[in-house]
Amino acid sequence: MTELFLSFRLAFFVTAILLVLATPLAYWLAFSKFRAKFLVEAVVALPLVLPPTVLGFYLLVAMGPRGPLGKLWLALFGHTLAFTFTGLVIASVLYSLPFCVQPLVASFERIDPKLLAASRVLGANSWRTFRTIVFPLSIPGVITALVLTFAHTIGEFGVVLMVGGNLLGATRTVSISIYDHVQSIEYAAANQLALILLAISFVLLALVYGLNRSVGVRWLSN
Amino acid sequence: MAVELASTELRVRVLLSRGAFQLDPFQLDVDFSVPSGITILFGPSGAGKSTILDCIAGLITPDDGEISVGTKELYSARRGTNLPAQQRHLGYLFQSAALFPHLTAKQNVEYGIAHLLATDRNSTVSEVLKLFRIEALASRKPVGLSGGEAQRVALARALVTNPKALLLDEPLSGLDAELKSSIIADLRAWNAAHQIPILYVTHDRAEVDALGERVITMDKGKVVQQGIPRQVLDAPRKESLALASGFENILEGTVKEVRLEDGIMRVALNSSASIEVPLGHNKPGDTVRIAIRAGDILLALARPTGLSARNILQGTIQSLEQRSVTMICKVFAGAIFEVHVTLGAARALGLRPGSEIWLVLKTYSCHLVS
Repeated sequence: MTELFLSFRLAFFVTAILLVLATPLAYWLAFSKFRAKFLVEAVVALPLVLPPTVLGFYLLVAMGPRGPLGKLWLALFGHTLAFTFTGLVIASVLYSLPFCVQPLVASFERIDPKLLAASRVLGANSWRTFRTIVFPLSIPGVITALVLTFAHTIGEFGVVLMVGGNLLGATRTVSISIYDHVQSIEYAAANQLALILLAISFVLLALVYGLNRSVGVRWLSN
Repeated sequence: MAVELASTELRVRVLLSRGAFQLDPFQLDVDFSVPSGITILFGPSGAGKSTILDCIAGLITPDDGEISVGTKELYSARRGTNLPAQQRHLGYLFQSAALFPHLTAKQNVEYGIAHLLATDRNSTVSEVLKLFRIEALASRKPVGLSGGEAQRVALARALVTNPKALLLDEPLSGLDAELKSSIIADLRAWNAAHQIPILYVTHDRAEVDALGERVITMDKGKVVQQGIPRQVLDAPRKESLALASGFENILEGTVKEVRLEDGIMRVALNSSASIEVPLGHNKPGDTVRIAIRAGDILLALARPTGLSARNILQGTIQSLEQRSVTMICKVFAGAIFEVHVTLGAARALGLRPGSEIWLVLKTYSCHLVS
């Protein structure tokens, strides 16, 4: 159960951090006219196509005692990031970035540009336009982004194994634990955890689809 | 008066050659000014009309030029001024109304005056909701509004901020003529008190005729013609031109009396009926022709009193004929007058052939032609 709790704690932190980081990034990707924007889009999408081991490997090197991130952390906190919960959070934020950014970009882009023009002409600056028009109209996309991020973080395996290793209570997540059980031929224990994970994932996804429908309908009707 | 008008004027000189519009290879190069009142920007689709509105609103930055309202400079390439859209204090009405779909009609109207105190905001909003006849819609979301209702809300939302100028991008296309003219009438009523420049973009010739105080004609990014259609169309000197510009009534009469001091003449249509018309180079006894638009004549069931209109004639309806959304009514009142009223008005008055009716027309709706 420690593993299950750790997975949820990880997913919660990653989702919260990504909401703060991915929203401005998605806003920029949706509305900026910057020419080299496609390069940023490609970088954001990288975790979708890279094998988790590749991302995990580079993160491990960066977080190690000789890596830039590891050195910085060592200087600040007296230990490196590799094989710590914090390291896991950072790695997962990067790994789940596209799952948060892409639904947000898609829903921002769906907003009629005339609404944004109307808001500006009525005296609202970009922050107020975002707060009162863009964000409220994107709520279904925001919910999708948050749940996808959460579920994806709970389900990740390769990056966690590379960066976090397998330390009970610090980096041993549910997916690692299932793998451990299978390796030791403890199928009953593996099955128990796998079943819980399956159920949780299903409930979360069903919640998103259900909520998206009712929120979308209620929001715009009388 | 002239000074006052000049200080509210919208001045636009815009040069734009970037590929900002789809049917590219022309350059936008215009220079015009818009006094208070409605000015129509007329031209075919793709002429660059909407791009000009976007430049004025601050949504597009031109390559060169100046844009100002009254004494306030919005954009100047030379001085490097370029106020962001949210600081220009303009009203902009899009063809799509662009109401915020998650807000009620009232919340939409309040959007531009969020900085006011709640009490001021409430009174201002209820005033404007009343003026544009949308009080009943206040708590509805845009999805439940008809096209005409949505545009009324959008108009109220733009005007409640007391903009320095109003830009309209084909806001009424797609609405029927009756709805259109009632919205325009409300806009005119609002502007009678505020006197701001209103730039109305359309590619519909009928709208130019229905609205026009001034017209600027555009094609391929350039101003082709600008002027006051009243000078050209509304006061035609020739009868042929009068017929061509939509004057359904050309009446013949005899000058009975010339009153130089009042600037009018009295013209007899027959032995009993006479009308007052603007002064011409005529003397009593001359035969004159008078052109009157069918839409400039009002009908009343009883003799109206307390009106500024000088010509009130009693007559009899001879025939009624419905043509699309207009009721064409022929009335004998010393001569045969053709009068156009909306179907709703014809219904409300219960017009029938043979019934008695009063005609009301202003002196300045009577134009002398030769």
